[in-house]
Amino acid sequence: MNTASLQLDARGRLKHFLCIEGLNRQLLTEILDTAESFAGVTEQTVKKVPLLRGKTIVNLFFEASTRTRTTFELAAKRLSADVLNINITQSSTVKGETLLDTLRNLEAMHVDMFVVRHNDSGAAHFIASHVAPHVSVINAGDGRHSHPTQALLDVFTIRRTKGPDFGRLRVAIVGDILHSRVARSQIHALNLLNTGDVRIVAPRTLVPAHAESLGVHVYHDLEAGIEGADVIIMLRLQRERMQGALLPSEHEYYELFGVTEEKLAVARPDVTIMHPGPINRGVEMDSEVADGSRSVILEQVTHGIAVRMAVMSMAMHHHKESKA
Amino acid sequence: MTESSPQQPDRIRISGGRVVDPANKVDAVLDVHIADGKIAAVGAPPDGFEAGHDIDASGRIVCPGLIDLCARTREPGQEHKATIASESLAAACGGITTLCCPPDTQPVVETPADIELIRLRAEAAGKTRIVTLGALTRGLDGEYLSEMAALKKAGCVGVSNALRPLANTLVQRRALEYAATFDLTVFLYANDHWLSADGCAHEGKVATRMGLTGIPEAAETAAIARDLALVEQTGVRAHFCRVSSARAAQMVARAQFDGLPVTADVAIPYLYLTEIDIRGFDSNCHVIPPLRTTEDRQRLRDAVQRGIFSAICSDHQPHDPDAKLRPFPSTEPGISGLDSLLPLGLRLVDEQVMGLDELIQRLTAGPAQILGLPCGTLAVGNTADICIFDPELTWQLDPSTIKSHGHNTPFMGWELKGRVTHTLLAGRLVHAL
Repeated sequence: MNTASLQLDARGRLKHFLCIEGLNRQLLTEILDTAESFAGVTEQTVKKVPLLRGKTIVNLFFEASTRTRTTFELAAKRLSADVLNINITQSSTVKGETLLDTLRNLEAMHVDMFVVRHNDSGAAHFIASHVAPHVSVINAGDGRHSHPTQALLDVFTIRRTKGPDFGRLRVAIVGDILHSRVARSQIHALNLLNTGDVRIVAPRTLVPAHAESLGVHVYHDLEAGIEGADVIIMLRLQRERMQGALLPSEHEYYELFGVTEEKLAVARPDVTIMHPGPINRGVEMDSEVADGSRSVILEQVTHGIAVRMAVMSMAMHHHKESKA
Repeated sequence: MTESSPQQPDRIRISGGRVVDPANKVDAVLDVHIADGKIAAVGAPPDGFEAGHDIDASGRIVCPGLIDLCARTREPGQEHKATIASESLAAACGGITTLCCPPDTQPVVETPADIELIRLRAEAAGKTRIVTLGALTRGLDGEYLSEMAALKKAGCVGVSNALRPLANTLVQRRALEYAATFDLTVFLYANDHWLSADGCAHEGKVATRMGLTGIPEAAETAAIARDLALVEQTGVRAHFCRVSSARAAQMVARAQFDGLPVTADVAIPYLYLTEIDIRGFDSNCHVIPPLRTTEDRQRLRDAVQRGIFSAICSDHQPHDPDAKLRPFPSTEPGISGLDSLLPLGLRLVDEQVMGLDELIQRLTAGPAQILGLPCGTLAVGNTADICIFDPELTWQLDPSTIKSHGHNTPFMGWELKGRVTHTLLAGRLVHAL
């Protein structure tokens, strides 16, 4: 069964949330609209709704994360669910317990939802195909494959900033596309919303094979790539990849692909600057850009909570109905 | 090797079957007569021949027992996956009378004792003949040459470093030269280990979409180019195992045209599956080398038909269920293939990729020649290794019909046409449906 069909029920509603591929525009818009309603909740003094009261959600993180895990945790708590955070480090793998065993043990504790991050592409899909029928799986990032809630919060942020008509937008994604699950999910989400022009900008060593087949225009020159852009999304460049066979040095990367106020002159004057975090200041971009008036990097974090509340409540809603 | 047992008659007649023996250019309805474990006659019986047992093969095809160039029995070392006994049975049921095992067992096949152990276990199982490739380097570590002369004396049919890399091209050159000294065929997996690194899928559109680390085609072609240069330099006889890409097939064809002593094979899953089949993270399609594009599959099919690949093997790699119950990149690669080798082959005939005689050749005489073994034909006087199958019998490959201990196959659930009804090993009936 492919990932797309695994995450939807017979009526086309969310059962799990594993990737953007396979969603239709209507469902994607429904998630964004639901997130919009939750954005109101998170701005109130009493920030809770009782939608998931009595439910147990496990954050199962096989890879380190602060931002994603925290916003998932907050989202779950604001939906009144009980949350358990489990960080499975390398050492647990050494102890010999398989992923499936870990899962079975947690399932025995009557968990309703797993939020999973794992360094293998396809891990969330694997877990979703092996959990008990009443359990939902939300992908919080699998290998290089998918990070669908990040992509949702990004398009949510763009929609709030630029309005709902993606057709007139030029969006440039800059950085390490090759290793990025965020980029893959963003590209699918932007294309699903009929974005006018989706571009990726990176040196050839950081662009995957046949990247254009994802539905993007590929640029290897920053200024050409961001020319006339309405939105620029920068990706994190992991430190271990800055030296060696992919890139010669941090310095050269910054020189060529680091975004500065000066280079931004070719983009549209009202260009929106985004980054999934955490930022390497002085590598992917200047502090001036990161903290400037056109940056929505902190809004992205805030929106992450509303978007994750939407996804969790919709996936759980399915189960409530399917049980009844 | 005579393996007749006292319970079975010494003289068997296989009557009324269509005998397909490509090595002898035979394709006709003929009787086959067996005496003392050998082919006594094809056609009219020898004078005074009286069969103690008659196998009615009417409507069936009688061909030499199949020879599988690459099958892992997992013994010694990984008996939780499969054993020589379990996989010998699967082979016999699939009409395979000779299995060639690569040396990457635990411990690796690097001494005469290792070869002896496998032979004894195979003889005890008594269902199929198992021949082995010896390690090219000690412990397959890629640095020090193995004792190839001793390995050859002990009966290994060639040497290989299996899927493990050689430390550098100098070691490779020396290893090939040393093997050539003893007229040993070197079985090479063309793979540049730096280029394939930790990849688990063909570097192409599908892997890009799925975020899987790719193995570029150049991992195979760069290695073949290097290997061919060293074959030319050293004069060794080389066999390329499991060629996976169109370009690599073309390079092998060119080398053969130029007169280099090189042969090659393809594993049958690569003639059916492509990168598209890994969509949905189907770990049963996780194989090394990776499944490539539809275009590659077509070119591989052409290359088998043209004889550039003179053998089709199963590349049998049985696994325990746990080996595949993980996220895709962490699963162990390989497909369990003994049960489906012949029926999938016959499907190529149905799809008009090649004629029946060509298919049987690639499954019998072709691999026999690569291994330098006298089997793979029904010539009078030859050991009577025979496969009899009903080409019209359809059956489903499912957990109840599969004989291998490894149930890891993407062909599970397929309706297959053509089923082995009898297998004879050295004139002894080792399988009857």
